[in-house]
Amino acid sequence: MLQSLFQYPFLAVGALQDVAAGAAKPARLLSLSTVDLLIIILYFGFVLAIGFYLKKYARTGEGFFMAGREMTAWIAGLSFLSANLGSLELMGWAAASYQYGILATHWYWIGAIPAMLFLGIVMMPFYYISKTHSVPGYLKLRFGESSRALSAISFGFMTVLMSGINMYSMALVMKVVLGWDINFSIWVSSLTVAIYVALGGLLSAILNEVLQFILIWAGALLIPILGLIQAGGWSGLVHRIQENLGRADYTHLWSTMGSFTDNPMGIHWTGIVFGLGWVISFGYWTTDFLVVQRVLSAKDMRSAQLAPIIGSAFKMMVPFIVILPGLLGLAVLPMKLVPEAQAIATGGHSYNEVLPLMMANYLGPGLLGLGITALIAGFMSGMAGNVSAFATVWTYDIYRPMVKKDKSDAHFVAVGRWCTILGVLVSIGTAYLVMEFKSIMDYVQALFSFFIAPLFGTVLLGMLWRRATPAGGFWGLLAGTASSIGMWAWVKVDPGAINVIALSSNAKDMAENMYRALWSWIVCIVVTVVVSWLTKPKPDKEMEGLVYGLTQFPSSAHLPLYKRPIFWATVIAGMFVVLQVIFW
Amino acid sequence: MSDRTSFISIWFFIGILLLIYGILICGTGIYEIFVPPEQQVAEAHLRPAIWWGGLLLLLGAFYCRHFAPSKTRRAGTKSGRQ
Repeated sequence: MLQSLFQYPFLAVGALQDVAAGAAKPARLLSLSTVDLLIIILYFGFVLAIGFYLKKYARTGEGFFMAGREMTAWIAGLSFLSANLGSLELMGWAAASYQYGILATHWYWIGAIPAMLFLGIVMMPFYYISKTHSVPGYLKLRFGESSRALSAISFGFMTVLMSGINMYSMALVMKVVLGWDINFSIWVSSLTVAIYVALGGLLSAILNEVLQFILIWAGALLIPILGLIQAGGWSGLVHRIQENLGRADYTHLWSTMGSFTDNPMGIHWTGIVFGLGWVISFGYWTTDFLVVQRVLSAKDMRSAQLAPIIGSAFKMMVPFIVILPGLLGLAVLPMKLVPEAQAIATGGHSYNEVLPLMMANYLGPGLLGLGITALIAGFMSGMAGNVSAFATVWTYDIYRPMVKKDKSDAHFVAVGRWCTILGVLVSIGTAYLVMEFKSIMDYVQALFSFFIAPLFGTVLLGMLWRRATPAGGFWGLLAGTASSIGMWAWVKVDPGAINVIALSSNAKDMAENMYRALWSWIVCIVVTVVVSWLTKPKPDKEMEGLVYGLTQFPSSAHLPLYKRPIFWATVIAGMFVVLQVIFW
Repeated sequence: MSDRTSFISIWFFIGILLLIYGILICGTGIYEIFVPPEQQVAEAHLRPAIWWGGLLLLLGAFYCRHFAPSKTRRAGTKSGRQ
C-alpha cells in the first residue's frame, strides 16, 4: 500500500488521462508484432493454468488463506517482494529517476532494506510464534478486539479501493503506451487475477507472484544492459548526464541532501532518514499485511526470518531495472522529456514515458512482448496481493468475529473465495468511479498514508513493551491516525502550514509526506505510552508468545553460521552500507 | 491439506514458460538476420534477441530438467516426505 508515498508517487496518472483523451499525442508509443502478442497470451494462459492446477490444494482455511504455511524461504521471499513490485512502480520510479536522478534510489535502499531486515530478525518471530493469520489478528491477540476492528476495517476497505486505482492506472498506461481499450485492459487483467486467486487462494497468488517476479526481471533487465553498453558503462553514463544537463548532482545519493534547496526533490536528509527510512519504510514493510502475509506462509520460523532477508537482497538490485533506465534516458534519448502538463501542451514526451521510450529504443519484436509482459505481470502480482490479503482480513478479522462466529472451516473457505471475487468487482467499480471523478484518486491515496505510520507505532510497542495495555494500543492507533488526517487537512486548507509540519517553507509535497508520517508516529507512541501508564496491563500469561520478554525464541545456535538468518542479515546490511558509500 | 509435497514445483512451470519464450525470442532474432526489420532498434547489431532468447531457453531447459515432476516426486519419497 502507501502508493502515494512509497510506490509510484511521480507517475502523474491524472495527467495521463488528458493524454489518453487525445491531446496532441501519437495514438500509441509502441506497436506489438504477432510474436509479442503470442508471448503476452501465453503468459495469461500460464497464470490461469497454475490457478486451476492449485485449486485442489486450497480446500482448507489454512490452505486457502495461508498457503498451508508450507512455503520455502525462497518462495516466500520472492513473493514478498513481487507483491510490492507493481508495473506502475516500474514506470513511476523510472520517471522519477529521469526527473530527480539517483535520489529516487532512496526508496529502494534506505526506504526498504533496514526495514526488511528488521522484519526478519526482530518482528517476524512474534508474528510467526503467535500463529496469527494477519496483522489485525496480531493486534487482537495483543490489544484486543477494538484495535483489530479499527485496523481490519481500514485495511480491508483501503485495499480494494487502492486495487481499483491501480487497475485504472494500469489500463490508462496500456492505452497510452499500446493504444489498448481501457475497458478491455481492466476486465481481462482483473478477471484473470480473480480466477486464479479464487481458485488457488494465497498459494496460487504466491506461486504466480514468483513466476511474475522472474518475468519482470526477464523483461526489464535487458534495457539497462543494452543502455550501459551504449552509454559506455557507468562512467560513460555519468559523463553523458553531466554533459547533457550541465550539473553533477544527478548521480549522488547523499551529497546534495544537506539543504532543502540543494536538490530537486526539495527534501532534507532528516526527512529521508527519519521520515522515509524509519517511519514510512518500517511501517510499510513490517505492518502492511499485503506483504507480511507472504512471509507468514513460510514453513518454519527460520524460513519466515530468511524470507524478508532474501527479499531485501533482491530489493537492493531493483534500482538496476527501475532507476537505471531513467538515468539512461537522460544520457541516451535524443529528445528531452518534460513535465506532463508541458508535454500535453507541446505534444512532446513526458517523464512518465521514459520506460516505454527506452523499450522502444532497445527492444525489437519478441523482446518487446517480454517487456510488456513484465509490466502486466507487475500489475497482476500487485493486484493478486491486494485481493488475497483483503480476502483473509475480511474473512478472519471482520466476517468471523463480527458476523458468523461458529461456522465450519469449509464455510470460511467459501467466504474467502467469494470475497476474492467481490474484492475484484469492487476494485473494478472503483476503477470506473475514478474514471469519472479523478480527484477521488488523490483522496484514497492520501487515506492510505494515514494508517500505516501509526500502525507501525502500535505494533512495535505491542511487540517490544510489555507494559503497553489494550486501551493504550487502541487510543494510540486512533490518535496517530487522527493526527495524520488533521495535518493533511491543515495543509490542504492552509498551504503555509507546511512550514510547521515539514519544518521549512522550501519543503515540497514529498517532504510533507515524510514529516507527517513521522509526527503521526510520534503522536501514536506518546498516546500509547501515556494511556498505558494510566490503565491496567494484561496479565503476563495472556501475552506469552506476543511480546518481548514473554516469548521463547527457538535457538539457531546449533546451525552452521551460513544457515543463520542473522548472518545473512549482517551480510545484506554490510552491502547496503557499501552501496551508500559508493554512490554518496 | 492435500498431499502438498506431490504438487508440481512452480520452478517447473517457470521453466516451461521460459523455454517457450526462449524459443520464440531466439527464433525471432535468427529470422531477423535473414529478413531484417525496416526499423532497427539501438544496439541491434549486438543481436540481443538471439543471446537473450538463448539465455532464457537455457534457463528454462535447466528448470524443466531439474524440477521435472518425476524428479521432485522421487526426491520427496527418498526424504520420507510422501
